[in-house]
Amino acid sequence: MSGVRVLVGTRKGAFILTSDGKRRSWDVSGPHFAGWEIYHLKGSSVDPDRLYCSQSSGWFGQIIQRSSDGGKTWEQPGTTAGEPTTGPEGFPKGESNKFVYDTASKRGAPLTTHMWYDGTQHPWEFKRVWHLEPSLTDPDVCYAGVEDAALFRTSDAGKTWNELAGLRGSDTGPKWQPGAGGMCLHTILLDPSNPQRIFVAISAAGAFRTDDAGKTWKPINRGLHSQYIPDPTAEIGHCVHHIAMHPSRPGVLFMQKHWDVMRSDDAGDSWREVSGNLPSDFGFVIDVHAHEPETLYVVPIKSDSEHYPPDGKLRVYRSRTGGSEWEALTSGLPQQNCYVNVLRDAMAVDRLDECGVYFGTTGGQVYASRDGGDNWTAIVRDLPAVCSVEVQTLP
Amino acid sequence: MIRVVLPTHLRRLALVSGEVEINVEGTVTLASVLDALESRHPALCGTIRDHVSKKRRPFVRFFACQRDLSLEPPDTALPEAVRTGAEPLLVVGAIAGG
Repeated sequence: MSGVRVLVGTRKGAFILTSDGKRRSWDVSGPHFAGWEIYHLKGSSVDPDRLYCSQSSGWFGQIIQRSSDGGKTWEQPGTTAGEPTTGPEGFPKGESNKFVYDTASKRGAPLTTHMWYDGTQHPWEFKRVWHLEPSLTDPDVCYAGVEDAALFRTSDAGKTWNELAGLRGSDTGPKWQPGAGGMCLHTILLDPSNPQRIFVAISAAGAFRTDDAGKTWKPINRGLHSQYIPDPTAEIGHCVHHIAMHPSRPGVLFMQKHWDVMRSDDAGDSWREVSGNLPSDFGFVIDVHAHEPETLYVVPIKSDSEHYPPDGKLRVYRSRTGGSEWEALTSGLPQQNCYVNVLRDAMAVDRLDECGVYFGTTGGQVYASRDGGDNWTAIVRDLPAVCSVEVQTLP
Repeated sequence: MIRVVLPTHLRRLALVSGEVEINVEGTVTLASVLDALESRHPALCGTIRDHVSKKRRPFVRFFACQRDLSLEPPDTALPEAVRTGAEPLLVVGAIAGG
């Protein structure tokens, strides 16, 4: 029988939940990397036992962990003990937790500053990896979205990481500025039908697309309207919170923006609002049903200063029409005195016949629905605040 | 033999318990001790000081013999008691939070 593995990143460690295909009982392992912030962990679709994990700390920086057995054991894919840590020229070798911006002029502008909160220019400073996106074809290839915003790639299973500098080096880079959570590249979508095409999203710069495997990028923000910036329809400066895609239809994108839920039917070239009857169109997560490309899920949050659900009711909203018409899903979710948040990478779906939907909260619960959202159960609760949820459907 | 005391998170990362003992050739300085420490435990690269600049991470401090060495130049010779192994070099995560 097939099974499901849920990968949960929290403020104080990683947890792995496993179940058989019935999804009625769950084994919880963890905390892995106890005490460290785990912004994200995700498995390869080519080799489900290959996991990548972003482990970070304000004190001790960024660590990349890798598992080859589905999270039972982990290793840092860097220099092995006893090897010198510097090469013949005295420069550090490529340890797995080393993310250094590429400032070589031949690969992109030697960009060194972006816009700071107060409008002045500020040096680019690496802080952490927000999102890891394994390749769709090679388990040794993985992309990393980082703060300050940039995209990195490994082709040796995480041992070394190199920046795809064309993104940060585009002429809009100096206009990018941080959102409240920092200037992070948090969303990476790989087009399953076109290996040259990648979508990314940055807070608070907007969405970008490459059609040449990362050499050049263009902003794809036409149609977005953000009333909190000087020019509400500017090419750059929109606080995109998350983007989702159904793999069967990679030209159709769904976006949860700071405010507004948006849809694009032309691979991001233009967007239109599909917030419809949502009680609030502010939120972080958005995802698509595994088998119904027009069925979407969001979790409305009251506002950008009140990061909790409207009316103290935790409600997932589902649209079966690709947006605009939404229904509240409440069965099994707290409907009073609930003031948790659901962060941008904390929702995922499985691919079993009856699609499972999962999300984690800052209150430490991970909720799951075995029936496409009609009914929900907390499959674990009282974890540290949940940063991310990913799901693997196992053979 | 130089003795180094690491904070809990870094001990776990390096897969060690208790103090780390390392040999340092030549002048015993903060930089040479950290070089030797990272060489023996590559998992610590980047966690105490920057990969490239070798600058101390902001929330990491160095103490020895009841002295704060955090702001000393990296090539400053460490105290005699550290060089002889009588006292450890303490790598400490700065207190930040409640």
